[in-house]
Amino acid sequence: MTDLSSASARRESNWIGFRTIVTREFSRIIRIWGQTLLPSAVTATLYFVIFGNLIGSRIGQMGGYHYMQYIAPGLIMMSVITNSYGNVVSSFFGARFGKYIEELLVSPLPNWLIVIGYMAGGLVRGLSVGAIVTLVAMMFTDLTLHSPVIIVAAVLLTSMVFGLGGFINAVFAKNFDHISWFPTFILTPLTYFGGVFYSIDLLPNWARVISHANPILYMVSAFRYGFLGVSDVDIRLAFGLMMAFMAVLFAIAVGLMHKGIGIRE
Amino acid sequence: MHALSIRQLRKTYGNGVEALKGIDLDVPEGEFLALLGPNGAGKTTTIGIITSLVNKTAGSVRVFDYDLDRDLAAAKACLGVVPQEVNFNQFESVESVVINSAGFYGITRDVARVRAEKYLRQLQLWEKRKAIARSLSGGMKRRLMIARALMHEPRLLILDEPTAGVDVEVRRSMRDFLREINEQGVTIILTTHYLEEAEELCRHVAIIDKGKIIENDRMGSVLGKLHLETYVLDLQVPIAAIPRLDGIRATLIDEKTLEVEVVRGRSLNDIFGQLSAAGIVVASLRNKVNRLEELFMRLVSEDAVAGGGA
Repeated sequence: MTDLSSASARRESNWIGFRTIVTREFSRIIRIWGQTLLPSAVTATLYFVIFGNLIGSRIGQMGGYHYMQYIAPGLIMMSVITNSYGNVVSSFFGARFGKYIEELLVSPLPNWLIVIGYMAGGLVRGLSVGAIVTLVAMMFTDLTLHSPVIIVAAVLLTSMVFGLGGFINAVFAKNFDHISWFPTFILTPLTYFGGVFYSIDLLPNWARVISHANPILYMVSAFRYGFLGVSDVDIRLAFGLMMAFMAVLFAIAVGLMHKGIGIRE
Repeated sequence: MHALSIRQLRKTYGNGVEALKGIDLDVPEGEFLALLGPNGAGKTTTIGIITSLVNKTAGSVRVFDYDLDRDLAAAKACLGVVPQEVNFNQFESVESVVINSAGFYGITRDVARVRAEKYLRQLQLWEKRKAIARSLSGGMKRRLMIARALMHEPRLLILDEPTAGVDVEVRRSMRDFLREINEQGVTIILTTHYLEEAEELCRHVAIIDKGKIIENDRMGSVLGKLHLETYVLDLQVPIAAIPRLDGIRATLIDEKTLEVEVVRGRSLNDIFGQLSAAGIVVASLRNKVNRLEELFMRLVSEDAVAGGGA
């Protein structure tokens, strides 16, 4: 039996537990790579061929860059968002549905660590797919690096925010329809209207104002700024919002675990 | 020290059902306790609260003196649980299921691998370690859950109907295994519908019904409360009517089967003597039901009458 009476023993135990959750998530991603890693690579290739190459060549420049260069960061970020979210929502709901979430609930792991573990699983998949789509992008266009620090910070924060979002969705979901409803009807439209394919400067004033209420615009813009040095929004505001979203969603996720909503009777 | 100490535990579900009505239960360290009760009596709710899968409404639970409200992690580290329903990831390999479970308890992978071999071998699953858990038979899945529960070497093991739906041979080997780990010092709480299993394995019995503990004593003392025993006699020669038997209540089930109810402790020679004098030849004899089952049925039906239940 593990003696958890001291704080250092608990820390050590928690660290091993966290690594176990992440390892299990990583194994799951690799085991079903055809569902987790491949689709985004195929979709990104199609986007680059159709929007970037065929249609993009007629669009000309956007934000002072070739259209292909402009949309590349947006497409990478889109894949990070959908995969971070998708990994956590499907994995955590699967664990609830298959009842093996109980393995974690009966263990000494604290609730906050279970949330972080699943979020880290989303991060692993989001970053893996982001890296794959980046490689695909590099086959079609030259990616400039304006600020690697901003790129890394933006992608990490965004992935964590959507991992937490997926976790909360999975807590409330009662069936498999419920885990596809939010991504299909909310996340995808927000992503498409979040400046992935265009600069909001092209929009009429009213649409530009509405776009500023879309959180994904800030994430995509911050990420694009890291590559190109151009952004539709204030970068400081973007990072402030991402951190605020992360803090609020983390608090909600841990609160739901404490109350046992959807997981304890 | 008590392995488990429960005080005034209450649970009312959101739909208003009062599953536990203030139960008290102490389980000394090293004990092998049978927690019995009819379906819906509150056994699984009690286990759910002890293992943190169900939120309690009121009361306290201490596991090896760790209070669930104050020292949850330390209490959980002492506990191993084998649930009623399969609750492992069926797409993982058998080995991964047990090694990952150990990791959740802070056991390093190196140590976990050694323990995985030990427990998978003991539960005859070592040959299946690379198999996907979904492909296991029902009995193997149950044994896998026992192996998983032992990976962090808990001091208190709770098994919620571990032998349900398992064939006789596997059930017997699981009983032997449970007896062995209890002898090694692990406190065990067992719920089962096989009352002969509880009678054979457990030294203490607690019977729960309608959210209350209605019996809680040593197995020997509980069984000692049985005043009557019922035997079924298979007759060699058919009889048309029951002869007059002194101090024995007899019922003719069919012309070749006689059921006799006798006061516990009464000599069987006396019964056979009277039957022989009446010209009845007994071919064979058996207990009508398991003794614990008989007592259980009596207590539960008395409780229903007292509570005005059906």
